[in-house]
This record gives sequence, structure tokens and C-alpha cells, in this order.
Amino acid sequence: MALAIERVTERIKETFGEDILDVTMNYDIMTYTLKRERIIEVIQFLFDDAEMRFKFLTTMCGIHFPNEKNQLGVIYQLHNMVDNVRIRLKIFFPLEDPVVPTLTNIYPCSNWMEREAFDFFGIKFSGHPKMTRIYNVDEMDYHPLRKEYALEDATREDKDDSMFGRA
Amino acid sequence: MVEIVKEPEGYKGHGFFVTSLEKAVGLARKNSIWPLPFATSCCGIEFMATAAAHYDLGRFGAERLSFSPRQADLLMVMGTISKKMGPVLKQVFEQMAEPKWVLSVGACASSGGIFDTYSVLQGIDRVIPVDVYVPGCPPRPEQIIDGLMRIQELVHNEQFGRRSSPEYLKMLEGYGIK
Repeated sequence: MALAIERVTERIKETFGEDILDVTMNYDIMTYTLKRERIIEVIQFLFDDAEMRFKFLTTMCGIHFPNEKNQLGVIYQLHNMVDNVRIRLKIFFPLEDPVVPTLTNIYPCSNWMEREAFDFFGIKFSGHPKMTRIYNVDEMDYHPLRKEYALEDATREDKDDSMFGRA
Repeated sequence: MVEIVKEPEGYKGHGFFVTSLEKAVGLARKNSIWPLPFATSCCGIEFMATAAAHYDLGRFGAERLSFSPRQADLLMVMGTISKKMGPVLKQVFEQMAEPKWVLSVGACASSGGIFDTYSVLQGIDRVIPVDVYVPGCPPRPEQIIDGLMRIQELVHNEQFGRRSSPEYLKMLEGYGIK
């Protein structure tokens, strides 16, 4: 019988208990918010377990909520291709300590996605083989998708804000 | 008989014609420009229409598109140039032999256009010198042809020695181009 999402929640809760901070259904995908320190253990369990079989990392990315206590976050989406079950994992941590253990030892494809999260949000992945910028120019000295930075190019001279729908 | 180009000013007699070398070379260059299309987005699509049979860039002697910068006379930059593409564009320009001209087609190449954002170069004139700007988002083929004809005018009136003049070399140096 195919794996039910309730069974996934049950297994995660019984294995990690208190470390799972929140479980909600968002847009038809079950979302688990957990402690940053346990993220690799949880994903390793979901990968290795004969029943869970989450062998595929659909995507992962950084996120920034400037009004939260733990501003920065990383979101992982896993896929069990045999039973066609998808789940989402979230971790949040403060801006001053943006270090997350790397996932490259479980999913090699997370290499470039972690570099992207570093490039745009300044999240450092400890143990990553090459923690450098991937999309933006190497000379860039900030992380542009953090909310404290303006979207606009700082060197612009001839752009009229009213033409761009801004005051 | 089809008149291809008007003869330049000069002295004409039976079986001979005398004019200045500058005028003859200008005329020849003007009508045999080899453009290098550097097309990154929608302006490039408009350029394809410009080069195709209906608008026909070949009428201006520019139908031989050069996809090697080493053989090209005119760099046509069409589309958004991201900051990461900037050094590539500059290298392409550096690889072109003198005399060379640059045509910036469309709002993005000329000023960054609607892309007022951290990743987009706010106009290619920040990395290479531009001779003619064509406005539009994207410009119609007629406008691109107009831009090309203005380049032709510049090519026609190019003075000998301008490319080795101190002013020109200083301008290139300002862009960090040797």
C-alpha cells in the first residue's frame, strides 16, 4: 500500500519528538518546522528508512522574514518517488548566526542550491565543498535578496522612480 | 541602370576619376559593414526580422553577419546585459579590430531599461564606448535600420588617423581597454 502522509508525520514525530516544532498542511504539502541542529539527521532518516524512501531533493532555498525573531530560514522539499509523496522541511535561525550544516553528503544536487542560498541570503553551509557565489558577480559585496537591501541598482543615475510605480 | 551609390566629389575625365583616398575608403566601408549581432533577448528577435527578407539588412551592404568578433566592423548589442555578462561583452569588443563601431539597440542595452535591479548593467556604455543608441522596447525594424544608417554616416565620414589620435586612445583608456 502506498505511503500515507499521516504515516510520515507519525514516524517523524515518534523518531524526533520534541525537535519537530510545528506540523502544518500548506498548499497540499505537509510542512515540518524543526530545529536547525537536527536537520541533517532528519533528512538522513527520511532518506535511509525503508518505509520513508525520500530519495529525491526537489528543491531547496533560503528565505528572509525581517519581522521574525529568527529572520533567516532554509526550506527543503523532498519527494518519495515510489509512493509519490512530497514533504517540505523548514528551519529558521537568527541573522547573526547564519550557519547551516551542508546537505551535499546526502544529496549532491544540493551543492549549487546551497551556493545560491549563500549568494542571495548569506547563509553559510558548513562542510560545503565550495562555498562561493554562483549567480551574481564575484565582486558583489552584499546578499541582494536580504530585505535590508534595496532592489534597485545602486549605481543608477537616470531612473525616475515614478516611472517604476514607486513614490 | 541601378545606381548603387553616388560617386564622391572628385575630378572626372575620359576613362578616369580622381578623388581623395579618405572618401573612397569611407564609401567602401560604409557599404560593406560586417555586423556582429550580440543578441540576448527580445531586441534580438526584432533584429532577426531586420536581417530577414522583408526589411533586409543586405540592402545596406550589411547582410554578411560576422559571428567572430575578429572579422566584424560593427558590434550590435541587442538586449538586457546583466552585470555578469559585462566582462564578456567587453572582451568581445576588445577582440574586434579597429576601426570598429558599436550600436546599442533598445532600452535595456542603452540604460538597463525596465530592469532597475541589482543584477543588470545600467547601460552598456558603462563597459564599452557606444556610437549610436536606438531607443525602443523593443525598437521596430525601421528604427534599427535608422540606427544602422546613422552608423553608416559615421563610417562614411571617419577621418584617417582618428583611431590613433590621443583623444581616442584616452577615451578607450577611460574604459580600461587597451
